[in-house]
Amino acid sequence: MTERILHRFPGGFHPEQHKSESNATPIRMAGMPAQLVIPLKQHIGATAEVMVKVGERVLRNQRLAKADGYVSAPLHTPTSGVVTAIEERAVPHPSGLYAPCIVLSPDGLDEAMQAFEPWADFGSVSPLLLRERVRDAGVVGLGGAVFPSAVKLAGTPGTPIHTVLLNGAECEPYITCDDRLMRERADEVLRGGQILLHVLGAQTCLVGVEDNKPEAIAALRAALMALGDARFEIVPIPTLYPSGAEKQLIYILTGEKISRERRVTERGFLGHNVATAAAIYRAVVLGEPVTRRVVTLTGSGVQAPGNWDVPLGMLASDLIAQAGGYQPDVARLVFGGPMGGFALATDEVPVTKAANCLLALAAKDAPVEPLPMPCIRCGKCAEGCPVELQPQQMLWDARAGDFERAEKQDSLFECIECGICSAVCPSHIPLVQYFRYAKTEIWQREREHEKSSLARERFEFRNTRIERDKQEREAMLAQKRAQLAAQKVSESPASGVSAGGVSVSGAAPDDKQRAIAEAMARAKARKEAAQAEKQAAPSQDEGTSA
Amino acid sequence: MLSALLVFTLLALVLGLLLGYAGQAFKVEGDPLADKIDALLPQTQCGQCSYPGCRPYAEAIARGEADINQCPPGGEATIKALADLLGVEAKPLSAEHGVEKPKSVAWIDEQVCIGCTLCIQACPVDAILGAPKLMHTVIVDECTGCELCVAPCPVDCIYMLPLVPALEQWRWPSPEERLEIAETGRVGETL
Repeated sequence: MTERILHRFPGGFHPEQHKSESNATPIRMAGMPAQLVIPLKQHIGATAEVMVKVGERVLRNQRLAKADGYVSAPLHTPTSGVVTAIEERAVPHPSGLYAPCIVLSPDGLDEAMQAFEPWADFGSVSPLLLRERVRDAGVVGLGGAVFPSAVKLAGTPGTPIHTVLLNGAECEPYITCDDRLMRERADEVLRGGQILLHVLGAQTCLVGVEDNKPEAIAALRAALMALGDARFEIVPIPTLYPSGAEKQLIYILTGEKISRERRVTERGFLGHNVATAAAIYRAVVLGEPVTRRVVTLTGSGVQAPGNWDVPLGMLASDLIAQAGGYQPDVARLVFGGPMGGFALATDEVPVTKAANCLLALAAKDAPVEPLPMPCIRCGKCAEGCPVELQPQQMLWDARAGDFERAEKQDSLFECIECGICSAVCPSHIPLVQYFRYAKTEIWQREREHEKSSLARERFEFRNTRIERDKQEREAMLAQKRAQLAAQKVSESPASGVSAGGVSVSGAAPDDKQRAIAEAMARAKARKEAAQAEKQAAPSQDEGTSA
Repeated sequence: MLSALLVFTLLALVLGLLLGYAGQAFKVEGDPLADKIDALLPQTQCGQCSYPGCRPYAEAIARGEADINQCPPGGEATIKALADLLGVEAKPLSAEHGVEKPKSVAWIDEQVCIGCTLCIQACPVDAILGAPKLMHTVIVDECTGCELCVAPCPVDCIYMLPLVPALEQWRWPSPEERLEIAETGRVGETL
């Protein structure tokens, strides 16, 4: 086999690794806590729809909530227990807002049910059924993006996938959950890759792993030897942040530069995180839904850094307590890595499918951000940008509130929020914060614009409706007046038609007169009755309310 | 001398005819400026600007009869956008037309509602459902928060509730806002 030629993407940088704190010990199984809090939205797309009731007993692997729509994912129970509440709880989100969650009280019996039929011989199962299984098992991108995997597997019509990439780059500092997973469960990862190749009908599978993980590379190679699958290639890539970003990884491995505004699937590539591949393997071959994930608990703020196999819904506080607790000088708890993650307002948030890392930092590693100084136009951010954007220009536009320019001319939405620009800025300008702000602000404005367009439409419709009603009424009145006039002409002037009288043309005058008189009497009686009732009703109401 | 006069008169005549024809042939229906202004207004249709709806206000601005700072629901952002569009200086919101309030939606206390339909008639965007003597309710997604339904209610059962942002609608605060948050001691900042 010839040596693969690797390519270097523009920009990038080398943050301090901090991998050795947590990658030396094997993955430990976290004990079942007294309470599980399972957010209904742990994925990109629509919030899952609850399928259980409060007080219901559920078994391990039972479905708690079903996918609501195409881009959505179901949720399953990590253990047996009773649903104690379905309510809003704190969730891991930068806003610190609450979101609907299912709260579960485990009963310690851990009774399981077989969620799906195991398909050990997945090669004989049709790709369609396999994709359905991936969807039903709640598999989402476990690298942190949590996009429903089944949607990715459906691909784009007309563009077949030729290469599957298994992303084991794990380029963020501190995080080692994929590293340990590849070392300990390399076989699952590769078999998951085989399922992906089968589903997509792809020819090659490249496994990209940064060369700071030699043990993981060795483990994958050993597993591949045992598997004997020539379609796979384990490729060690140079350690350079952010090599784990999808387009950057594709460029490193193949030299294919996928232009802006294009999806990688349009060029025949499909990337999945190694942990996602392992989850797909478990869903298909063992028939297990996603109910646990490996989480790196690390940083100078915890007593014993390491990797844990955690039931989804376990509170971060419970996990940290099990791992020996915090260091006394802990200052900050971050969800995700130091580059792409966000600080949590509380540790009472559950581990979700997105939780690849919980990073607790001691005061010395979490200094107060220095006040930003003016931009000196040094260009360091542009040099470091892996997407070849002009961060200083984007900053300028975002600051000035010129979002249209930031979006159209600066390609703001190409920004992968890797955080290099902020990290290298000598003026300590939080550039990536501006970009995150600008992106969400643009979405917000789009939503508002949509809403105001709807309001305008409804307002205009209402006005035309009122106008139409008015015209119809006028037309009707005009018609009646015309009839009346015609009648007056035809009748003898002495008959004395009352002013309010309505005539029906063609009927005899005497009958009409009588009918009108009767109708008027009836209306009067009804009106009086209603009046009496109305007078009685308020006094009754007062009586009951007093 | 005479030929020069002749040439220029002829030229003026031809160009004048051309312009006159173009004016007729490429005539733009409606008022494009009013459309542009209308697109920037929040479409609450609340009438706080003293015009009966956003469109009439937009037309008044286009005619130069109304000022750009009369829209409280749009607030500073709308004034700024209008100033950019019209090439004039932005100014603070006119106090006589109201103050900028957080976004809210109407909510009907259904236990108290007597089903009088007055609020339905007041709603400019048909966002209230109900029938005579039957309970009424607000379609939250379509309510613009104009408050026009509050005053007509004979039993005062309509309340304006602030719109709580769901996670999907949350946006990152700008770093400048974040500095303020840091100074007031609230947590939730990122690394």
